Amino acid sequence: MMKKPLFFGIHAAPPRYFKVFLSILPFIILIIAYFIASDMRHTENPSDKILPTISKIADGINQIAFTENRRTGQYILWSDTYSSLTRLLAGMVLAIITALFIGLNMGAFPGITALGRPLLIFVSMVPPLAILPILLITFGIGEMGKIALIFLGTFPFITRDVSMAAASIPKEQITKALTLGASQTAVVYKIILPQVLPRLVSSIRLSLGAGWLFLIASEAIASTDGLGYRIFLVRRYLSMDIIIPYVLWITLLGFVLDFLLKTINQKCFRWNTSN
Amino acid sequence: MNTNIKLRIADVYKGYGDKVILDNIDLKVQSGEFCTMVGPSGCGKSTLLKLIVGQEVADDGEIHIDGNAVSFPNPERGIVFQKYSLFPHMTVLENVLIGMKFKSGKWWNPWHKNQADVDEAMSYLKKVRLTEAKDKYPHELSGGMQQRAAIAQALIMKPPVLLMDEPFGALDPDTREELQLFILELWEKENLTIFFVTHDLEEACFLGSRLLVLSQYYIDDRGEKTATRGGKIVADYPLPKVANPTTVKTNNTFKEFISKVREEGFNPSSRQHVSEFNLKHADKFQTLTQSESSI
Repeated sequence: MMKKPLFFGIHAAPPRYFKVFLSILPFIILIIAYFIASDMRHTENPSDKILPTISKIADGINQIAFTENRRTGQYILWSDTYSSLTRLLAGMVLAIITALFIGLNMGAFPGITALGRPLLIFVSMVPPLAILPILLITFGIGEMGKIALIFLGTFPFITRDVSMAAASIPKEQITKALTLGASQTAVVYKIILPQVLPRLVSSIRLSLGAGWLFLIASEAIASTDGLGYRIFLVRRYLSMDIIIPYVLWITLLGFVLDFLLKTINQKCFRWNTSN
Repeated sequence: MNTNIKLRIADVYKGYGDKVILDNIDLKVQSGEFCTMVGPSGCGKSTLLKLIVGQEVADDGEIHIDGNAVSFPNPERGIVFQKYSLFPHMTVLENVLIGMKFKSGKWWNPWHKNQADVDEAMSYLKKVRLTEAKDKYPHELSGGMQQRAAIAQALIMKPPVLLMDEPFGALDPDTREELQLFILELWEKENLTIFFVTHDLEEACFLGSRLLVLSQYYIDDRGEKTATRGGKIVADYPLPKVANPTTVKTNNTFKEFISKVREEGFNPSSRQHVSEFNLKHADKFQTLTQSESSI
């Protein structure tokens, strides 16, 4: 009898329990490596700050998440999270609405494609971080500048993706809709729009990483609160016991947002065969 | 004879770049006809259908439906494609219902529901034997079921002419035969006018009440470069106006007829002159230019 190998080669067929083990393994290795490195540094220098021990990290978490800040009376992790998520969502929602509207019309109407495509390609080539000073000068260091950066950093990509999805709908479907009495508006909003939505959600998932990048960059440069601001603030005191929990927390938030969007795509678009 | 003409095509030309695809097409189709069009690949049959539905515009000539010049796609003609006919984001019932929703202007309102329309849609689903599958999405159906739903979707709008572009081309032979009988049954019962394009000669001869052969393999008096000619209707046969059982396909006369048509339209090495085409149908219609035929 031929048997498929567990792990090696292109014929490998790892069983379910083994797959779970494999997926956890790299994490365990990383954590163990951290412990060893941290332990080595602490035997050399008990007041080492670069790789804090677990108990120090726990202290840090307790301080930022469950202790009232003496100066402001806030729990800083939660207030930072609130400010940052508000900015991220405001920027992304604006980008999504704009991108959907422009992308849909560009994909459906050749005239609008000819009008908008070159400009869109030009805008998407501008590195958003390079124009951050312009945004800060124009919008000031308040919320608008940060939201504008996230918006400018994510909307060109989503727009192009949506317009490509809209343009790739078979011409036969458009013809069919028109022969069934659809107006041009009906074709765009009843036939094309619903079929573009799953692609929009995937596109948002891909853009979230960029959204976080621009959020943290703008908070690091000009802000008085927020997750990015905090990391760059405590960096001055080498407070790795705060930076590490913050990074893990941002990762977790990103993971949760991505999971929510993935679930939306699976539950709301049952007709979509690529799910 | 002209009273009942549904579709009239006169002197239509169409080319892409230097290549001529359709070369002076003339055609009249009567109401109630099941008109099948076959031809070798590259003869322009799909192009002709795109012109009739209004997706493409002819370089020259006129196309009329019920006496009106054709415009961009509209409910004056229904169409069933080989695929992509159904909207993948709607259930079967929604797909059949969507035409009525467009007509009522309430397509944007997801809560709008007209019970009379739903009943009508269900009656069409019954005709195409899909009542059980009404809440399924197109990707959950077999190819044959998808095409039946697409037929119901087009028929519910009662189009003056139903255009079909190789609708059974992607189906396996059994399903294909089943759907052939099914469309014949519908045609007889509902008194439809159908214009059916296929590359399958046997299918065309079996289904049609009138057979048209479109081919680029012919000669004329326009000079030597016959190889660059666009498609023309080279044969036009009346076929019996009754739906035959599939057993006719094994009949010898049927087979002989097919091989005759194949010789006339599909063989590049046996070309007829434009003035000698086998245009046997009573509605035959051909206007040749001076340069095409000097006779």
